Amino acid sequence: MLRISTGQRWFNIVNYAFLIILGLSMILPIVHVLAQSLSSNTAINNGKVFFLPVDFTLSNFKAVVGEKLIWRSFGISVYVTAFGTFINLAMTAMLAYPLSRSEYVYRKPVLILVLLTMIFTAPLIPNFLLVKQLGLTDTLWSLMLPGAISAFNLFVMRSFFMALPVELIDSSRIDGCGEMRILWNIILPLSKPVMATIGIFYAVAHWNSYANALYFINNRQLYPLQVRLREFIITDSSSITAPAEEVLMSSPEGIKMAVVIIATIPIMLVYPFLQKHFTKGMMVGSVKS
Amino acid sequence: MAKTETSLSEQGIIVFRNGKERWANLKKYKALYLLSIPGIIYFLLFKYIPLLGSVMAFQDYNIFKGYFGSAWVGLDHFQRMFQYPDFIRILKNTLILAIYSLGFSFPIPIILALLLNEVRKVFFKRTLQTIIYMPHFLSWVVIGGIAIEILSPRNGFVNNIITSLGFDSIYFMGENSFIRTILVSSGIWKDAGWGTIIYLAALTSINPDLYEASEMDGASRWRQTLSITLPAIMPTITILFLLQIGHFMDFGFERVSVFLNTLNSNKGEILDTYIYTIGLLDRQYSYTTAIGLFKSVVGLVLIMSGNAVSKKLTGEGLY
Repeated sequence: MLRISTGQRWFNIVNYAFLIILGLSMILPIVHVLAQSLSSNTAINNGKVFFLPVDFTLSNFKAVVGEKLIWRSFGISVYVTAFGTFINLAMTAMLAYPLSRSEYVYRKPVLILVLLTMIFTAPLIPNFLLVKQLGLTDTLWSLMLPGAISAFNLFVMRSFFMALPVELIDSSRIDGCGEMRILWNIILPLSKPVMATIGIFYAVAHWNSYANALYFINNRQLYPLQVRLREFIITDSSSITAPAEEVLMSSPEGIKMAVVIIATIPIMLVYPFLQKHFTKGMMVGSVKS
Repeated sequence: MAKTETSLSEQGIIVFRNGKERWANLKKYKALYLLSIPGIIYFLLFKYIPLLGSVMAFQDYNIFKGYFGSAWVGLDHFQRMFQYPDFIRILKNTLILAIYSLGFSFPIPIILALLLNEVRKVFFKRTLQTIIYMPHFLSWVVIGGIAIEILSPRNGFVNNIITSLGFDSIYFMGENSFIRTILVSSGIWKDAGWGTIIYLAALTSINPDLYEASEMDGASRWRQTLSITLPAIMPTITILFLLQIGHFMDFGFERVSVFLNTLNSNKGEILDTYIYTIGLLDRQYSYTTAIGLFKSVVGLVLIMSGNAVSKKLTGEGLY
């Protein structure tokens, strides 16, 4: 290493300090929310809660756990995320694979068809009317079908398939494999990394989205978790009433924050896996553009 | 069938000499063609039909008469748009937020990536990356919930500090003057870290020899940043900038909708939330489709002219 000038040293100190503050500003709000959700009513009202729970209590969580509607919404979100992601991956792979093969002679028109949808997007109302006319409003299909294939993910998956050696396909064909078997037994097992990456992105999008449910679902029984949570936050008066023995300790703020934590936990659980994959996924994507 | 071995031209593109060969290809690879059908139907049904449906912007769409029975009104809805004071105000909000996005949300990831690039301690860098990518994966509802809680006038974190310093607490969510700052900065909090990924990837592809050579010539780190690093990531910046101006007016429905209330909507409401309330809830279908179409056309014009300018100036472009 060459010698470091004083200016350089100062820059490093300031830089590290700035980055540490930045990192803290991303973590501390979440820590604060967690602390709130675990603190008693009086502690929150007196503004004593910062980053550690004060008068530790689980009352807020107990109040949420007793709420049937929250669990119903949680279940709906889990269902839409799991089944929706399955539909996403199946539909995306089914189109990406033929588009990666030179034997599929209509590659170009189909690619243009897809590409144009990235440039021209229809306004909200025609989309809504289509979903309505298909009879999907007030069903969970309306959360899973309209976004079944993301054009961007389609291109990422296609470029992954194209990078697989052609010899694999040729040799298995010589061995007498049909096209479906090639896809199922050769291509898909090799594509686990890209499937995992894209699947996780689709899943996070399903879990986090609330606009579609707001547009397409009126039946409150079918609300996913994010929409339910949005109601609590926007109406500002929590409709959850804590069980009698918890009333003293729990608080509207605490309950709200408990719901926020519950809605975040699944994301936090997949985040380590996510992180392993997304940098790779982003690279593939950026190579294309 | 010997004929099925279709002639392969050099680029791997299959050329058919006659219809028989084409038919043979379709038959031999029918599995591929069948596989692609659901996807093609998906795009036609869910993307192209609504696109065609946008013609309702030029109609007085009536849900019982449908696209074919509704009366044509030409550009009436577009004219009506610009006579509405509400629309003008909301268009202004949208444009101001768009400019804030371009001015703040866009450059911050670049600066952040450059600062991260100066960090030599691998463990520190990795940990920090893990932390700053994380908010990207939180939903807008969760972020809205956190922000509203922290800014709450009664016992929010920020106001606790303000009151403990002896000032009056501020109702951040209840005033028009704060809403834009809240909207833009919550976006930065969520996506600034995530945005660095693509720049960091571009930075790793710079040849280290360049830095060594310039060090020999006595260039400082600042000088190196200006003369080596920035020019090297300029193409990435240009492309992302063009994509961003293509989405100039798409500030995002979800991120605004969680923060809006009756006290701050005067300055916080944007076209997307307006389309939702007036179009979907109040059922002014044709009028709001006209707004949506207007938005798309502006985006298209911006991206095309941006691309043309950038090609002329830097030689970089999207297409």
